[in-house]
Amino acid sequence: MNLTLKIWRQSDANDKGKMVDYKVTEISEHMSFLEMMDVLNEQLINKGEEPVAFDHDCREGICGMCSMFINGEAHGPDRGVTTCQLHMRMFKDGDTITIEPFRAKAFPVIKDLVVDRSSFDRIQQAGGYISVNTSGNTQDANATLISKHAADEAMDAATCIGCGACVASCKNASAMLFVGAKVSQYALLPQGQIEAVDRVKNMVAQMDLEGFGNCTNTGACEVECPKGISLENIARMNREYFSANVKE
Amino acid sequence: MSVLDSKVPKGPLKTKWTDYKNHIDLVNPANKRNIDVIVVGTGLAGGSAAATLAELGYNVKTFCYQDSPRRAHSIAAQGGINAAKNYQGDGDSTYRLFYDTVKGGDYRSREANVYRLAEVSGNIIDQCVAQGVPFARDYGGLLDNRSFGGVLVSRTFYAKGQTGQQLLLGAYSAMNRQIARGKITSFNRHEMLDVVKVNGKARGIIARNLVTGEIERHSAHAVVIASGGYGNVYFLSTNAMGSNVTASWKIHKKGAFFANPCYTQIHPTCIPRSGDYQSKLTLMSESLRNDGRIWVPKNMEDVMAIREGKKKPTDLSEDERDYYLERRYPAFGNLVPRDVASRAAKERCDAGYGVNATGEAVYLDFASSIQRYGIEQAKIHNIENASKEKIYELGAAIVKAKYGNLFQMYEKIVDQDPYKTPMMIYPAVHYTMGGVWVDYNLMTTIPGCYAIGEANFSDHGANRLGASALMQGLADGYFVLPYTIGDYLSHDIRTGKIPTDTPEFDAAEKEVTDRIEFFINNKGEHSVDYYHKKLGKIMWDKCGMSRNAEGLKTAIDEISALRKDFWKNVNVPGTTTEYNEQLAKAGRVADFLELGELFAKDALVREESAGGHFREEHQTEDGEAKRLKEFQFVSAWEYKGEPKDAVLHKEELVYENIEVKERSYK
Repeated sequence: MNLTLKIWRQSDANDKGKMVDYKVTEISEHMSFLEMMDVLNEQLINKGEEPVAFDHDCREGICGMCSMFINGEAHGPDRGVTTCQLHMRMFKDGDTITIEPFRAKAFPVIKDLVVDRSSFDRIQQAGGYISVNTSGNTQDANATLISKHAADEAMDAATCIGCGACVASCKNASAMLFVGAKVSQYALLPQGQIEAVDRVKNMVAQMDLEGFGNCTNTGACEVECPKGISLENIARMNREYFSANVKE
Repeated sequence: MSVLDSKVPKGPLKTKWTDYKNHIDLVNPANKRNIDVIVVGTGLAGGSAAATLAELGYNVKTFCYQDSPRRAHSIAAQGGINAAKNYQGDGDSTYRLFYDTVKGGDYRSREANVYRLAEVSGNIIDQCVAQGVPFARDYGGLLDNRSFGGVLVSRTFYAKGQTGQQLLLGAYSAMNRQIARGKITSFNRHEMLDVVKVNGKARGIIARNLVTGEIERHSAHAVVIASGGYGNVYFLSTNAMGSNVTASWKIHKKGAFFANPCYTQIHPTCIPRSGDYQSKLTLMSESLRNDGRIWVPKNMEDVMAIREGKKKPTDLSEDERDYYLERRYPAFGNLVPRDVASRAAKERCDAGYGVNATGEAVYLDFASSIQRYGIEQAKIHNIENASKEKIYELGAAIVKAKYGNLFQMYEKIVDQDPYKTPMMIYPAVHYTMGGVWVDYNLMTTIPGCYAIGEANFSDHGANRLGASALMQGLADGYFVLPYTIGDYLSHDIRTGKIPTDTPEFDAAEKEVTDRIEFFINNKGEHSVDYYHKKLGKIMWDKCGMSRNAEGLKTAIDEISALRKDFWKNVNVPGTTTEYNEQLAKAGRVADFLELGELFAKDALVREESAGGHFREEHQTEDGEAKRLKEFQFVSAWEYKGEPKDAVLHKEELVYENIEVKERSYK
């Protein structure tokens, strides 16, 4: 198929940036979206032009590195996938595709479609861990029984890949789904109880400090999340947060 | 006498590690505060090492090319992690894990290292559970296990099909705790471009900030390389796009020997390639072989009918299918080790039985498992005379719970529903057993420079068993390196901060800068990927699943010629002072072009078949790998300029606790 691409080009954080049109031809429906971008870049390099910068790494939907806002949706029109797993069979010959970076105040653009998501790292550093040394001198792994239900639910929350689609999709650029998922993983497990009060307070405080917006329960994040992280996690975080403040 | 000293401690195998730990030098907590350690790579090995070293009190700097340590490619590991816990009571033990690993590696790994690995494996699970890793559990609340290839017990712990992700996030969380305490400084979107040696010791690195292009000097008392394997030398592999050999190759060029480069794992269950534009291959976890049966049609007419779309795989009756692994290896069946399963798939496809348009695919079929689970569930739920549909529905739900994310991934890529029709799979490059040579302390031949995880060579011999990479990465990082590095650093307590304004740093930085300037100014004809793809094709065709002397010789000439052309004609756009992915990639491909040649040379010298290294000249009558006693050594290559000039050093492998036998899975 032949496509018209409207791509956000921005040389660095200080550049104002603009949309630029490109044409690509003979795109196979079996290609992944990023392979289509590879074709474009190879074309640009051979013409002596600057290729489009975009983040990507594992190309199997797990590392969370790829982003892109495609036709107004984080990770494009398909559900339950990251951009690297999006296939060109979702598009048809003659389509015009708009490609922008994930936009949020807390995700400044580095170049073109590459954004800085280190705010997510800082939120995790504020409390997204269990304070246990890696000495190996912990108790036997089977010493504490954990119900299958709790373990499975914790796992569902833990599958968040930290891509930032939730933030990009939210009209308030809120990171509640991301933070809620991490808080939930620990809240659902006995290992997480000891530091539960401080964890949720510290992580929420850091989230606010980074400039993420508030949650107004519109649920766009859940729809666009490539890993299907549920809104329940936000509710659970709110509960944790209120009870932490009551306990104070 | 070889220049290689493995430093394996004396004494009985069972107590070697404990005795050794009891006698190595320690650094007191106050002195640790004055010692800096650099860790390059933040996957399971690097992340766990960085966290542990920081907890111990060292000042740690970590480097990763991704935007966050959490994105390291360990995250993509799917199936699980081995540990000799014997929770299932099926006869597992430290010795058995040790034995399986050495046998699985075709008797080409170092006994003492493997035993230590098996010994600390149980601890890893304890540690990860304490960190909040949500491993799968059974209804009683205990940890669940599954089986992997090459073993007869269930010792693999897992978190759905995302075990690597969960373990990495565990290590990342431990890192975060230390970053918050100021004990780790994490340099993300940074790439190590050289190691700096002062008086023969590794004392720092030159790194490039991938956002600004700035070249930075970082000093330390020890440098740990944890940058993973070199599977991307094949261009197409299951590695991440950015996975590269650069850190390992730079230390190799500065004196670290590179061991067994020809030992590469071609994983049997990957999604087949579909076209020339393909940028990477996707793995389908080995855990699927617990429940999936591998087959091709028995009759060529059916193969043709399927390729032409006249028949569907589900149209074929049991009699018309060749479950070739079950046929050839009745004892292990679909759970033979990876090298064996891959070669068997290639054998069928080479014979013309491949089931897709390219002729390079076999089926992985879940129908009988869905049926079996369905009947079991019907019984559990007291459903009498369950209909076929009901049984299917109940069975599919169990398969979904076990492998849901993998099935979804497959469906998204191939556009076929694997619950209804068998998956198509074909082998792909996945892991490299070879790597930087290290001694028992995990130190390379450069004093003060360590290599851990996939970056080193020691534990998997010529073939790695499934679910053992995660085990090794975390064992090295959490429980081995933090001890052994203390022995070395105890001599550095009076050294003080290493200055970076020295001639050694000047020289290393100049070398790095010159090369970057060259790439930008060359303005040649071809893109970096043009060369990478060409290299990949040579490697796959001549150094792939099977190799022969003639092909390897041709490969050496072709790679050498390609490298010359690269340095003449490569075209790198942009400038040096900006985010420039092509520039970063040019450096990586330049290193692959050297490694590739050494790889072929190593494969040529190793005139035997062992594990993932299959030399056509050396096979048994029924096509199995034929190992030779005289090759029971590690090939450790010393850099001498061009890859063709590399000098071979041999570390003899001694097996005192295991009988070297023919490796049979029949």
